[in-house]
Amino acid sequence: MPRYLMSVCYPAGSTAPSPEELETITGEVTEVRAQLQAEGSWVFGGGLHDPSTATVVTARDGSPVTTDGPFIDTKEVIGGLSIIDVADLDAALAWAERMSAATTCPIEVRPFFEDPSG
Amino acid sequence: MTGAAHGGDDRSATARAFREEWGRVVAALARAFGDLDLAEDAAQEAFEVAARTWPQTGVPANPGAWITTTARRRAIDRLRREQARELKQRAAVARTEATWEGMDVGGDGIDDDLLRLIFMCCHPALEQHAQVALTLRLVAGLDTAAIARAFLAEETTLAQRLVRAKRKVRAAAIPLRVPDAHELPDRLAPVLAVVMLVFNEGYLATTGDALDRPDLCDEAIHLARTLLQLMPDEPEVRGLLALLLFVAARREARIGDDGALVPLPEQDRARWDGSLVAEGQALVRDCLRLGRPGPYQLHAAMNAVHADAATAADTDWVQILALHDQLQGIAPTPVGALNRAVAVAEVQGPQAALAIVEGLDLAGYHLWHATRADLFDRLGDREAAVAALRAALTRTDNDGERRLLEGRLHRWAGDVTDDRCN
Repeated sequence: MPRYLMSVCYPAGSTAPSPEELETITGEVTEVRAQLQAEGSWVFGGGLHDPSTATVVTARDGSPVTTDGPFIDTKEVIGGLSIIDVADLDAALAWAERMSAATTCPIEVRPFFEDPSG
Repeated sequence: MTGAAHGGDDRSATARAFREEWGRVVAALARAFGDLDLAEDAAQEAFEVAARTWPQTGVPANPGAWITTTARRRAIDRLRREQARELKQRAAVARTEATWEGMDVGGDGIDDDLLRLIFMCCHPALEQHAQVALTLRLVAGLDTAAIARAFLAEETTLAQRLVRAKRKVRAAAIPLRVPDAHELPDRLAPVLAVVMLVFNEGYLATTGDALDRPDLCDEAIHLARTLLQLMPDEPEVRGLLALLLFVAARREARIGDDGALVPLPEQDRARWDGSLVAEGQALVRDCLRLGRPGPYQLHAAMNAVHADAATAADTDWVQILALHDQLQGIAPTPVGALNRAVAVAEVQGPQAALAIVEGLDLAGYHLWHATRADLFDRLGDREAAVAALRAALTRTDNDGERRLLEGRLHRWAGDVTDDRCN
C-alpha cells in the first residue's frame, strides 16, 4: 500500500499555543494516532522542536560543513509529521482532515516512492 | 484519429463510437490494468483498428464491446511483450487477465468505471487546469493537439500538463472510485466546474479563429449528458445540463453581423434554438420537482424565465430577482451580486441598482464597469457612462465584447461631444 508523509504546517514565528491549548492538541493528536495504530495504518510520527534547533550538515569533497539553523528559511514550517500506510490518496486525505482538526494546522500530504523491498 | 480515410457511413459510425465509447473504454481498461497510459494507448490503438477494418467488415453490432475487447487484447499483448523484458510484470499480467475474465463488457460495470474515471480526473488534489486536460483527454477523447488548439495553448505545454497530472495520479495513488454520499457535495463541485469551464472556453471563443478548433461547447454538453446519465439523481448535474443547453440555444443570436456581442434583451429570439430551449425547460421542471436547489439549477431557472418571454419586454424580472435572491442566499459571490443588481434595475429602477453595484469590490472586472455604464446611461449621466465604458474596454480582450462596447462608446461619446458643441 502507498505510504504518505503527513506534515503539520504552521506559520514561522507564530506564537506558541498556551499550555492548555497544547494539552488539548496533544490529546487529540494522540487519539488520531491511536486510531491509525488500531487500523494498522501507522508507520511513524512525532512532533518536532522549533526550526531554530536544526543543524545542517553538507558532505562535499570529503570535508563536511556543519552549520546552525534550518536549511531553508520559509514562511511556513513543519511542526510535526506522521507517516501512514493506507490504500490510496482518498484514505490519506481522510486521515489528514482528522489530523488537521486535531492540530488546528494545515496538513500537507505527500506520497513516498514505492518501497522497492516491499 | 477520427480523420482517418474510410467510407462515409462507416466514418460516422467510427466517429460516433469514438465519442460514445472512448471514455468508457479508457475507464474499463484503467481499472482493470491500473495504468492510465496503457489504457489510453490501448484504446487509441483499438479505435485505429476500427477505423481501418470497419469499412471492410462493416460496423459490429455492439461497437463499444468490440472496441473494448480489441483494446483489452492490445493491452495484454503489450504487457506480455514487456513481461519478456521485465520479470516483475508476470504477476500483473496474471492478475489483469483474471480480472478481465470476470468482466461484464458493456454492462452496468462500464458506467461505474466511467464515473470513477471522471471523479479521478477531477480530483481536488489536482489543480483545475490539470483536471480539465485529463477530462478532455481521458473522458472526452480529445488528443493533446486538439486540446491545445481549443485553449490556444502550445501543444508542448498541454503535453507537459498531462504528463505531470498523470504522474501525480500515479505517485499519490489518486484512486478510481466514486465518492461516498457524504463526500459527494465536495467532490461533485470540481466535476461540474470542469464541465462549465470547458463550455465557457468554447462559448467565449470568437468565431473567426474557431474554425479548426474542436467545439468545446459540444464537448461540455456531451460531458454533462454523460454525467446526468451516470448520476440521474443529482439535481445539480441536471441543472448544469439545462444551463448549458439554454446558453447554447442562444449561440447564433448572440453575435451580430458586425461580430459584436448582442446582449440578451436585444437578441432576435427567433434565432434561439427551440429544441435546446425545450429540453432545458423540461430539465428545469424536473429540478423544481426534485426540490433541492443549487447554483446551477438556479442559473438554469433564470435562463428558463428568459426563454419563457416572447419578447425582452415580457421578461418576468420579479421572478428572476427572486431566483437571484435565492442564489445569493445559498452561494453569495460578488459577481452574483452584480448580476442580481441587473435584475434590481428592472424591478426597482437604476438608482437602487447603482447603489448595490457601487458597493461591490469588482473594479478589476470589465462587466462591473459595463453595468455601471448602463446604469449611468439610464439615469441620464452620459459623461459618467462614457467613462465607465472606457474603463470596461481596457479590461476585456474578447473581440465580441469589445465590439459591443466600442459601438456603444462610439454612439455615446458622440452624444457627449455634440452636447458640448451645442
